Amino acid sequence: MTEKLTRQPFILRNPSILVVLAVLAVFTVAVTLLSQAYGSGTVPTSTVKVLGKTLCLALAAVAMDLVWGYLGILSLGQMAFFALGGYLIGQWLMYARTEGIVAASLAQNPIPPTTAELQEGVANQIFGVVGSSDLPLVWSFAHSLPIQLLLVLAVPGLLALVFGWLAFRSRVNGVYLSILTQAMTLALALWLFQNDSGFRGNNGLSGLQNIPGLDAVDQATLSVWFLWASALALGLAYVLAAWLVSGKFGSVVRAIRDDETRVRFLGYPVEGFKLVVFTLAAMITAVAGALYYPQAGIINPAELMPIASIYLAVWVAIGGRGRLYGAIIGAVFVSLLSSWFTGGRAPGIHLPGYTVNWVDWWQVALGLGFVLVTLFAPKGIAGVVDRIGPLRAPSPERHAKEAKA
Amino acid sequence: MSALLEVDSISVSFDGFKAIDNLSFNIGDAELRAVIGPNGAGKTTFMDIVTGKTRPDAGDVKWGTPPKSLLKMNEAQIARAGIGRKFQRPTVFEDQTVADNLTMALKANRNPFAVLGWRPSVDSTGKVAELASEVGLAAQITRKAGELSHGQKQWLEIGMLLAQEPRLLLVDEPAAGMTLAEREQTTALLVRLAQTRAVVVVEHDMDFVRRLNCKVTVLHQGSVLAEGSLDHVTRNPDVIEVYLGR
Amino acid sequence: MIRSLLALALTLLLAMPASANPALQAVVAENLDQIEKPSRRTVEPLVAQIAATGPEGLALLSAWADRSLGVTDDGRLLIVDGDAATDAVTGQPVPGADPKMLRPNSGVRGIIESALVAGEISSPDPARRAAALASIARDGTAEHLAALRAAPAEADPALAAQRDRVTALLAIRFDPNPAARVAAIEAMSGDVGLDFRAALNPLLATTRVAAPTEPQANIARELTVGQADFPREAAIALLTSQGVLQPRLTPADQRNALAANIVDGSVGGVPVAELSDPAARDRAYEALEASGAVPPAATEAEAEAALAAHRFFEIYAEPDSDVTDAARAAQTGAQVRLAAMTGIDLGLDALSLASIYFLAAIGLAVTFGVMRVINMAHGEFIMMGAYTGYVVQTLVANRTLSLVLALPLAFAVTFGAGVLLYRLVIRHLAHRPLETLLATFGVSIALQQLAKNIFGTQARPLTAPAWLEGAITINDVISISSIRVAIFVLALLFLGLFLFIMKRTRLGLEVRAVTQNPGMAASMGINPDRIAMMTFGLGSGIAGIAGVAIGLFAQVTSELGQHYIVQSFMTVVVGGVGNIWGTLAGAALIGGLSKVIEALNPANTLAAQTFMILFIIIFIQFRPRGIIPQRGRAAEA
Repeated sequence: MTEKLTRQPFILRNPSILVVLAVLAVFTVAVTLLSQAYGSGTVPTSTVKVLGKTLCLALAAVAMDLVWGYLGILSLGQMAFFALGGYLIGQWLMYARTEGIVAASLAQNPIPPTTAELQEGVANQIFGVVGSSDLPLVWSFAHSLPIQLLLVLAVPGLLALVFGWLAFRSRVNGVYLSILTQAMTLALALWLFQNDSGFRGNNGLSGLQNIPGLDAVDQATLSVWFLWASALALGLAYVLAAWLVSGKFGSVVRAIRDDETRVRFLGYPVEGFKLVVFTLAAMITAVAGALYYPQAGIINPAELMPIASIYLAVWVAIGGRGRLYGAIIGAVFVSLLSSWFTGGRAPGIHLPGYTVNWVDWWQVALGLGFVLVTLFAPKGIAGVVDRIGPLRAPSPERHAKEAKA
Repeated sequence: MSALLEVDSISVSFDGFKAIDNLSFNIGDAELRAVIGPNGAGKTTFMDIVTGKTRPDAGDVKWGTPPKSLLKMNEAQIARAGIGRKFQRPTVFEDQTVADNLTMALKANRNPFAVLGWRPSVDSTGKVAELASEVGLAAQITRKAGELSHGQKQWLEIGMLLAQEPRLLLVDEPAAGMTLAEREQTTALLVRLAQTRAVVVVEHDMDFVRRLNCKVTVLHQGSVLAEGSLDHVTRNPDVIEVYLGR
Repeated sequence: MIRSLLALALTLLLAMPASANPALQAVVAENLDQIEKPSRRTVEPLVAQIAATGPEGLALLSAWADRSLGVTDDGRLLIVDGDAATDAVTGQPVPGADPKMLRPNSGVRGIIESALVAGEISSPDPARRAAALASIARDGTAEHLAALRAAPAEADPALAAQRDRVTALLAIRFDPNPAARVAAIEAMSGDVGLDFRAALNPLLATTRVAAPTEPQANIARELTVGQADFPREAAIALLTSQGVLQPRLTPADQRNALAANIVDGSVGGVPVAELSDPAARDRAYEALEASGAVPPAATEAEAEAALAAHRFFEIYAEPDSDVTDAARAAQTGAQVRLAAMTGIDLGLDALSLASIYFLAAIGLAVTFGVMRVINMAHGEFIMMGAYTGYVVQTLVANRTLSLVLALPLAFAVTFGAGVLLYRLVIRHLAHRPLETLLATFGVSIALQQLAKNIFGTQARPLTAPAWLEGAITINDVISISSIRVAIFVLALLFLGLFLFIMKRTRLGLEVRAVTQNPGMAASMGINPDRIAMMTFGLGSGIAGIAGVAIGLFAQVTSELGQHYIVQSFMTVVVGGVGNIWGTLAGAALIGGLSKVIEALNPANTLAAQTFMILFIIIFIQFRPRGIIPQRGRAAEA
């Protein structure tokens, strides 16, 4: 194992990357070949969308694993970044689409519309539902896709940077920090719930599945495009994350997780490292959100209530934290299982005198199952994979030092 | 003699208990110094203050030439300025290999982005191997630190300290939990290190201190009770009173 | 008001045997022509004469003022009520009558009314006097003022005070002498009653006018165009409404006018395709204006000139400046006192909210202090307590008894649940706080869904006993509901109980020892595991009690706990752990701050909560370990 000390492409040092990328590629191609748009049509478009969305959730889980599994911060606010990404891309989707509709309807008039009239019409269309007809300041760039795409990265990144700087600087950590991230998420959700926040209150943004300028492309085709985009983003983020945690940087980050005081005495600016990882993870999560919501079609503030972020943590824990592929396994496995059980398609269990209806009992099973995983399989599913598979990655054996927090 | 570290009448209290009371302390370049004292004399708090973990209520701590106050710096900045600390309990990163532990400690740019761009070089790998053999862990270099014995962990931590290339080493009870042979090895190492840098050893094992054969500072109730050679301080009636009286 | 007097008079009338009233008969006979055609100037003595004849006279006056008095061809006066009619003098029903209805003018009716009031307020029956006063207080007139002043002294002290107040309020509004009005205002200044404030408001009502020079009127203030409450648009709108300025052209009007005048693909010489540019539209409109095809609209220059030529004033409807000055001073005074009282009311609100947070958070703080774990299922324990209360209530009909039973039962149920959770889960995750957080979250979602499966999704009522309903009202501003007072008392009780357990019992001593130094405590023979279990049970039990308390004023649903859990976390984080006073301080800060922010921003509770949380995040910057941090070296680790 001395080759670890020599220069070697890090991908070769981490065979798990190749496995994950291969699985991802096979999966995407297979779904494409079975899709309605490009293949046999065995897999309906709605399922393609579910799979695409699941890849986005896996992407968010990878970011969560960076923050929690490697850096040791149990952030209960990751989904806030996810939803922010969705809102920021949703602004453009909704604005551009509404602009097209309004322009078409104003073209019926004998007099061509002015820019102001067009904007007023768009604002009326979008904000009539919350009793407003002015375009809020936060929509200033909604007409421009490049700017909104930039904002998808910049706004969550900045939020993470500011929040992280405040929290890390005052050395808040452990459960305190978890509670604080939860509070931040709740604050953001409550803010968005207001009608005058500029994001249509609890109506949220809708019609996001229609991509402006691509009216001619049907949803079946779009769903496959988004599946590919999601898979690409997941693959890239996986490589980025694996690279991040493999070298000396990863070494320091894991050291911070295990004993942050000791790392300080080694001379490392711990807050700086935390900020880099936290901010980067926020940006990855935002990208995941920006890819997710066009597939979901609608976003509203309920999506970023703290519970969503806790679920993300649960997925990562079940999958196995401190292992990037564990996060993916957890997110895919639990979210697909959840939607199957809560979708009413799972057969009930007939007991004498009572029928266990999974729509009602899945949540109970999930909660208890999660307790069991925490108690008996702290490494999650990936721990099992580790034991049987060849995917040995640099991974923690224990988290004893967490107790110091 | 120009002092490398100058601790100027510092005081600190926890909940009204004066842990350090008007303590002054100097150490020059390339000097070995033992700090002894009974439990609660303020030895650990003194190290906490120098390394930035605890802020004193009064006084100043100056470092280097020209003298710079350490009180405005945080732990990481102080460590980067050249003060290394070895804890009483060995604290190494048990999930990571000996090589990883040493690599992390190697003197290099600590900025997150610089660390991100850092790649192992022939130079760095050689340095790590050299350090590992210096502390007797050459054979263990790819093992996880958590798998090492207690004594080996102590050595690994010393190796990490050396990798930092500090100008001042603060060593807290290095002999604790070591076998006799290991103690002798440690003594030799500390003496050798003190030829090129300042070393402060906090210890209450008198035999160990005697072997170091250096100037001794006796702390009691947060201030300096006596200072000088071991023989000199052990003849001091105050010191005898404190040690025998408890 | 007339109706109520009439009703009184009629009641009286019916209560008495119908008998002729000779005095009334004489007066009516003598003055029939004046009754038919009354004059405001001369009717007063006649009204007084009629009123003096007794109840029948008053009934006649009521009917007269109410326009339900008719005169027959043979000169008899009839009181008409729908189809029925009675003789006003004899009180006998008159079937099939077809009288000519009398329609006195408002001046005459005013005189009659005040005579009636005068009659009522000097009535020997205190109930009638009180009714008359209440009626005047609701809807007083200038005539009532005169009548009140002329009335004989009031014997009943309470009524006398009320009458003085009503008189003073009427004097403020109707006294012909401005000095007397000012005196009345000043005499009452400092009062915060709604009636006094209502009396002041019409005096201070203003209208806005635009005029070239200062008008001869009681000017409240001169307005500057562009100031916050008087933007340029408001000034232009005012000028337009006064007819000084032509209405400005709205973009929509302009567009419609242009659309109506498209000739051969262009409007006023401007091609239609260019009309997406506002400047081109203006050019086209001007061209149409010049050709007379569209009405002229005020141009920007005209608007500017009109603005320059006018000054803008706010003018009081009340002409006397002394009165308005006094009224304004009194209003300011009232507002200051009102603000102070609103502050007290807010304080009470905050206190009750803080009590709730305290009850909800205390268990959390205890477990966090002893074991460094956050129990995410704490909210569900609160919910379990509330459902326990509900179940007890369905079994025990007596509300008071069921509440008395529910409190210890809720404690027992959640104590048991807490101990169980500790034994099965938390003990096995010792020293892994983040994992404990997630595992208890699993318990939390399971319990929530379980509650949904058992009790359904609809809210279950937990009704308070009758003696807890209603509110304690101190004045128009300050009031607090009894339930909240009870919760405050409950919180105090638990504070006391808690302090007792911690300071005076063996368990408390051991808990404190484990909190401060678990290792040392264990070496002293204390079993930290047992202590942790007991404190966990205790903390959970208090959550159950908090659940019953919260259920009394909130709806009991499976999500009840979720509404309080984040605030409870905040309370613990802000207060600092391991110290009950910290929890108390945290609850007080969070409760107080929520209410203050809500009061500053009453329209928007969501924004208030957002600011609240932001405040806490900032607060943590300055006190990372809470208001009352845990001390000593142990806390440094």
